[in-house]
Amino acid sequence: MIHFKNISKIYSPHMVALENVNLIIKSKEFISLVGSSGAGKSTLLRLLIGEEPPTMGEIIVGDVSINSLSHQELPYLRRKIGTVFQDYKLLATKTVYENIAFAMEVAGKHDLEIMEDVPQVLSLVGLEGKAGQFPHQLSGGERQRVAIGRALVHRPDILVADEPTGNLDPVNTWEVINLLLKINELGATVILATHDNNIVNNLERRVVLMDKGRIIKDDEKGKYLI
Amino acid sequence: MKEKILTALKRVIKSGLNSFWRNRWISTATIGVMVITLGLITGLFLISVVAGSILSDLEDKVDISVYFKLETPASDILKIKSELEGLSDVKGVEYVSREEALAKFQEGHQNNPLIIKSLEELGGNPLEASLNIRAKVIDDYESVASFLESSRFAGLVDTVNYRQNQKVIEKLSSILATVRRSGLAAILVLAIVAVLVTFNTIRITIYSLREEIGVMRLVGASNWYIRGPFIVEGILHGLAASLLTTIIFYPSVLFVSPKVSAFLSGIDLAVYFKNNFFQIFLLQTLVGVALGVISSLIAMRRYLKI
Repeated sequence: MIHFKNISKIYSPHMVALENVNLIIKSKEFISLVGSSGAGKSTLLRLLIGEEPPTMGEIIVGDVSINSLSHQELPYLRRKIGTVFQDYKLLATKTVYENIAFAMEVAGKHDLEIMEDVPQVLSLVGLEGKAGQFPHQLSGGERQRVAIGRALVHRPDILVADEPTGNLDPVNTWEVINLLLKINELGATVILATHDNNIVNNLERRVVLMDKGRIIKDDEKGKYLI
Repeated sequence: MKEKILTALKRVIKSGLNSFWRNRWISTATIGVMVITLGLITGLFLISVVAGSILSDLEDKVDISVYFKLETPASDILKIKSELEGLSDVKGVEYVSREEALAKFQEGHQNNPLIIKSLEELGGNPLEASLNIRAKVIDDYESVASFLESSRFAGLVDTVNYRQNQKVIEKLSSILATVRRSGLAAILVLAIVAVLVTFNTIRITIYSLREEIGVMRLVGASNWYIRGPFIVEGILHGLAASLLTTIIFYPSVLFVSPKVSAFLSGIDLAVYFKNNFFQIFLLQTLVGVALGVISSLIAMRRYLKI
């Protein structure tokens, strides 16, 4: 379970990114965070992975209050959360295989386990033949699938996807969304931030609508209407 | 636990070797700048060795002599000698007896019959016994001279030639001090400039990898796991630069050495370089590795804050 309690993020009096946000996300839920650019979706996700601290309020993941984590403890939180970004954030100097293996290596997984799991994930995201290639040799859709592979290879409890389809064409978009659904079926909580109403309306899952740093609507099986 | 650390170490080393090779153009640039830095430092080091040996050669040529009155018994002079040798400023004292002085004088003027003849006419030995004193440092002559003039033996002393040469010795001493001081300052400044240039090159490299470092943090890597490969790379850069510098320097020193010896006799750079080869190589490697590792660590700090 993830609990955002009275979260505010204020960069300056004129730049309030989040204002008193309260949100509970149940375990194994698939939730879409929608709203126009600048609504505060990305900020909320950044706070969740501890990239920045909130100005006020508390975020609880499982039974851990992440505000109380030290800089040294943050990596342990992040190993439980898989993250996918709009700009992929792959390691440019590592191959596809190494990018995915990296998430397991940092968690101190055994070599044998890595050799077993990475090929499985590669086939799950449909990149069996591209293991030895570097990110710059891949298309946008392929890069995003590598990023998803990296995010799910260490079997995280939570998968956070921040506009994962923002740079993709419709075909690749649906491949990515279907992967997220599959990961959710396998037991992970998925939080998807997007401004693509087409995706949200087809998913028929919980939708949280944000605007100007506030949550203005929260529907089970919601639609995103503009 | 131990196994985990070993696994992490293995991965860090492998990743460091990998990125050393994959970023070989960046590595080459870094090593290139480092070779220049190490070359400069080694060059300055050798120059300071040459300069130092010139200066101490010069210093060694300075000594003072004390001449004793004719009737002074040799046993008194030897007593003074041993007392002088007890002084901490004194490096060595040489006793020249009246007979030795005469013998030297005759030898020095054996081709001048006029002087030999007048010496014979004088009958007896007109020369005084003396002590040649060498101080450890050129500035100490003043205190040695005043010791002689004020000691209980002062009555036996005829002249101390320091007083005649005092101006010259003081002048030389101040020139030596200035040359040493400004030489050291110049070496330090140049070395600092070279180190800063290397540091900046590495900083730019790390800057180009800042996003990569941030991504590693976001994927859950600990700071030391991220730093590790950079440390490995820094060590490799240092080692490679040190090897390359040696490969360049060795033949250069062999080539330059005879020319230096021709100018300044008594200085053999090649022999010095060969005798101290391992110390110089070790120094270069240490400087290179420290420069590579410390620069990376400092340059990375801000990108690890995520």
